[in-house]
Amino acid sequence: MAEILTTADGRPLKAALQAAQARAKRRAFWLVAPLLLFVLLTFVAPIGQMLVRSAHNDGFSAHMPRLTAWFAANPGAADDAAWEALALDLQDSAVAKTSGIVGTRVNYELSGTRSLFTSTARKAKDFAPPYREALLKADKDWDDPALWGVMRQVSQAYSGNFFLAAADLARDADGTIVQVPEDRRVYVNLFVKTFVLAGVITLTCLILAYPVAHLLATLPMRWSNLLMILVLLPFWTSLLVRTTSWMVLLQQQGVINNMMVAAGIIGEDGRIAMMYNQTGTIIAMTHILLPFMILPLYSVMKTIPPSYARAARSLGATSWTTFRRIYLPQTLPGIGAGSLLVFILAVGYYITPALVGGASGQLISNLIAFHMQDSLNWSLAAALAAILLALVLVLYWLYDRLIGIDNLKLG
Amino acid sequence: MGNPDLAAAQKAEAFVVFDRVQKSYDGETLVVKDLNLSLPKGEFLTMLGPSGSGKTTCLMMLAGFETATHGEILLDGRPINNIPPHKRGIGMVFQNYALFPHMTVAENLSFPLEVRGLGRAAREEKITRALDMVKMGAFANRRPAQLSGGQQQRIALARALVFQPELVLMDEPLGALDKQLREHMQFEITRLAHDLGITTVYVTHDQTEALTMSDRVAVFNDGVIQQLAPPAELYEKPQNSFVAQFIGENNTLEGVVAEMGDGTCVVRLDDGGLIDAVPVNVTRVGERTRVSIRPERVEMNAARLQPGAHTLKAVVREFIYMGDIFRTRLSVAGNDEFIIKTRNAPDALRLEPGAEIDIGWLPQDCRALDA
Ligand SMILES: Nc1ncnc2c1ncn2[C@@H]1O[C@H](COP(=O)(O)OP(=O)(O)OP(=O)(O)O)[C@@H](O)[C@H]1O
Ligand SMILES: [Mg+2]
Repeated sequence: MAEILTTADGRPLKAALQAAQARAKRRAFWLVAPLLLFVLLTFVAPIGQMLVRSAHNDGFSAHMPRLTAWFAANPGAADDAAWEALALDLQDSAVAKTSGIVGTRVNYELSGTRSLFTSTARKAKDFAPPYREALLKADKDWDDPALWGVMRQVSQAYSGNFFLAAADLARDADGTIVQVPEDRRVYVNLFVKTFVLAGVITLTCLILAYPVAHLLATLPMRWSNLLMILVLLPFWTSLLVRTTSWMVLLQQQGVINNMMVAAGIIGEDGRIAMMYNQTGTIIAMTHILLPFMILPLYSVMKTIPPSYARAARSLGATSWTTFRRIYLPQTLPGIGAGSLLVFILAVGYYITPALVGGASGQLISNLIAFHMQDSLNWSLAAALAAILLALVLVLYWLYDRLIGIDNLKLG
Repeated sequence: MGNPDLAAAQKAEAFVVFDRVQKSYDGETLVVKDLNLSLPKGEFLTMLGPSGSGKTTCLMMLAGFETATHGEILLDGRPINNIPPHKRGIGMVFQNYALFPHMTVAENLSFPLEVRGLGRAAREEKITRALDMVKMGAFANRRPAQLSGGQQQRIALARALVFQPELVLMDEPLGALDKQLREHMQFEITRLAHDLGITTVYVTHDQTEALTMSDRVAVFNDGVIQQLAPPAELYEKPQNSFVAQFIGENNTLEGVVAEMGDGTCVVRLDDGGLIDAVPVNVTRVGERTRVSIRPERVEMNAARLQPGAHTLKAVVREFIYMGDIFRTRLSVAGNDEFIIKTRNAPDALRLEPGAEIDIGWLPQDCRALDA
C-alpha cells in the first residue's frame, strides 16, 4: 500500500495539494500586501530609524574625519598630530559650513562649546603650523582636557551616550559613568512621574468606568443606547476642543472656581489651582481616556448573564461577596484590557498635558517633543522614546505573565 | 376552600405557600394573577405551562429575585417577602446551569459552603458526597466549559443540593439536553429528591416530563393556575379545555348541552350527532361546550360500549403504522383531525382510508368542558 496517491491526471496528490494551496496563499498575500507595505513604511521603518538614531549620531565623526581617525589610532593625550588634525578639520568644516553641526554634537555633552567651534572655524583659513599655538590663540578653551575627553567620546558615531543622558548619567573626561549634577537630573524623575500619573489616571478611569460599563451592560436597551451615545460623544469631538473646554472649566477664573466662589465654598483669594499642574493633567486625561476603559469593560460585562449573580445569591452569598467572588473575577479580562489600553495611551500622551499640564503636569512625551522641536537633539529624543517603548513592552510582558495576554478582551 | 379553619390548618402545615400573589412588571399587565398554592414538605411540584405563562416569574419571586406586587409568600410559616435572597436557603438550578466559569467544579460546589463559613474538612467531605451523589466524582478539577451539557447539569444539581437546602427550585434544567439524557436525568432528579426528602418546585414546558416526575402538577396559563392535581388526575380528569389540550393528545368536538343527568349529560354536536359525556364545566341545558376525548379511549367495537350508548359516524382519512400503536385520523362531526390510537394487538383492525365506521366511548371518558 506504499503506492503514491495521484490525482486523476497522474500528478502526485501531495504536489497537487501544495500547488492548489500555493495559489490560495499567493492570492491571500497580495490581498494583505498593501497593508503590509503600509505598516512597514509607517511603523516598522520609523521606529527602526528612531532606534538607530538613539544610538548613532555622526555629527562629529562625519565632519571631522582626521581627528576622528586620530582618536581611533591614539589612546593618549593630544599630540601635535592631533592638533594638526583638529585645525585642518576645522578649516574644511568652515568651507563646508558644517562647524555648527559639529559644535552642536559636542555641545550635547559639554554645554557652551558650540560657539567655540563656530567662532574658531571662522578664523580657521589663516591657521598655520604650529597648530596648537594657532588654535589656542583663536580660543584658549581648546586646551581644556574635558573638551578633549568629550571630543574623543563623540568621535564614535555609535555610542550609548544618549541613553546615558536619558537616564541622567554622563561620562566624565576619563570615560567613567557618573550621575549628572543634581540640578540637571530631569529624565528619571520625569519617567517616574509619567508612570505614576499614568497609573493614577488608569485607576481613576477604572473607578469611574466600572459602574458606567455595568449600567451600559444591564440597563434596558433604550437607556443603554442613550448612555452609549454619551460615552462615545467625546470620540466624535476634537481632542483640542475637549481639552480647551477643560481649560475653560478649570482655570482660576474659570467656571468651577467661579461657582465655588459664588456659592461661598471658597473665598475670592482662595481660588484653587486646578490647571497648569498635575491635577489638570489628571482630570483632563481621565476624561479623555475614559471611553477606552468603558468600552472593553462593557464588552466583557455584556457577556456575563445575570444568572451567575442570581446563582451566587441563591447559594447564600451576600451582594458584596457575589460582586467580589463572582462578578469581579469575570470582568478581569475587561479590567486588564482597559487598564493596559489607558495606561499605555496615558504614558505616551502629549497634547493634553502640553495644554493643561503647566510646568508640573508635563509628561515624558512633552520633553521628547521639546527635544524634537526646540533643542533639536533628535538622538536624545530617540533615546527617551526608546526607553519609553522598552518600559511599555516590559509592562506588557508583566501583564502577560500575571494575567495572560489571551485574557485580554478589547471589544 | 370552603372551610376557613381547614384552609388555615393546611397553610400552617404547608412548607411553601403562595397566598393571593400577584405580579406585574410594568404596572399595566399582571403576569401572575392571584396565585394560591401550598406545598407540603417533601413534595415534588411541577409548574407546567406554555412560554410566557409566568412560571419563571413565580420561581424568581420564591427565590427572592423579584418581589410580589401583591400578596404573601410563606416559607415554613414565615413570610419571606422581606428576607433577602441569600438568607432564604433555597437551592436553585438555572435553565442555563449558571456554573461559575472561572471556578472548577469543586470550587463551584465549595462556594455555598464557604459563604456559610464551613471549615475545609467539612467542605471537602460534603463536596465529595455531593459529587458522588450525581456520579461526577472524577470531574472535581474540571472547569464547567470542559464538561458536556448533561455533566454540567449534574454539577448544577449537586451545587444546589450540597448545602442541604430544604427547598430546591429548578427552572427547565433539562431543556438543553437530548431525549435520552433527559430521560435519564429526569429519573435521577426524582430519585435524589425523594431520597433526600427535599421539597422541589420544578418548572418545565415539557408535559411528559411533568407527568413522569411530579407528585403534583400545576398547569399555568396566562398567569393563572388552570389545574393543580396529581399527574393521573390531570390527564384523565382535565378541569378545562386548556388543560385537556395542553396535557397529552386530545380530541375535541363542539356542541350544546342537550340533556343534564346525574353525573352524565348528553351533548348535541354542531352537526346534530348526540354523545354521552361527563359534565365538568357545564351546569345547564343549552350551554355551549367543548367535549374532550383521549385518542386511546375511543372505541370502534360497538360490543364493548354500554347498551344504549350514543355512537358517531366517522370516515377514515389516514392510517399511520407506528410500531407499537396504530394512529388513525378520522373525520368526525366536521372535525378532520380526530385521532384514535389502537394498540398493535394481533386482532387489531387496520382501517383503510375511506372506510366508514361507528365510534363511541364510555361516558366517563368524555368530558364536557368550557367552550
Ligand atoms: N424582567 C421582566 N420585565 C418585564 N416583563 C417580564 C420580565 N420577565 C418576564 N416578563 C414577562 O412576564 C411574562 C411571564 O414571563 P416568565 O418568564 O415568567 O414566563 P415563563 O412561564 O417562565 O416562560 P418560559 O417557559 O418561556 O420560560 C412574560 O410575558 C414576560 O414577557
Ligand atoms: Mg421561564
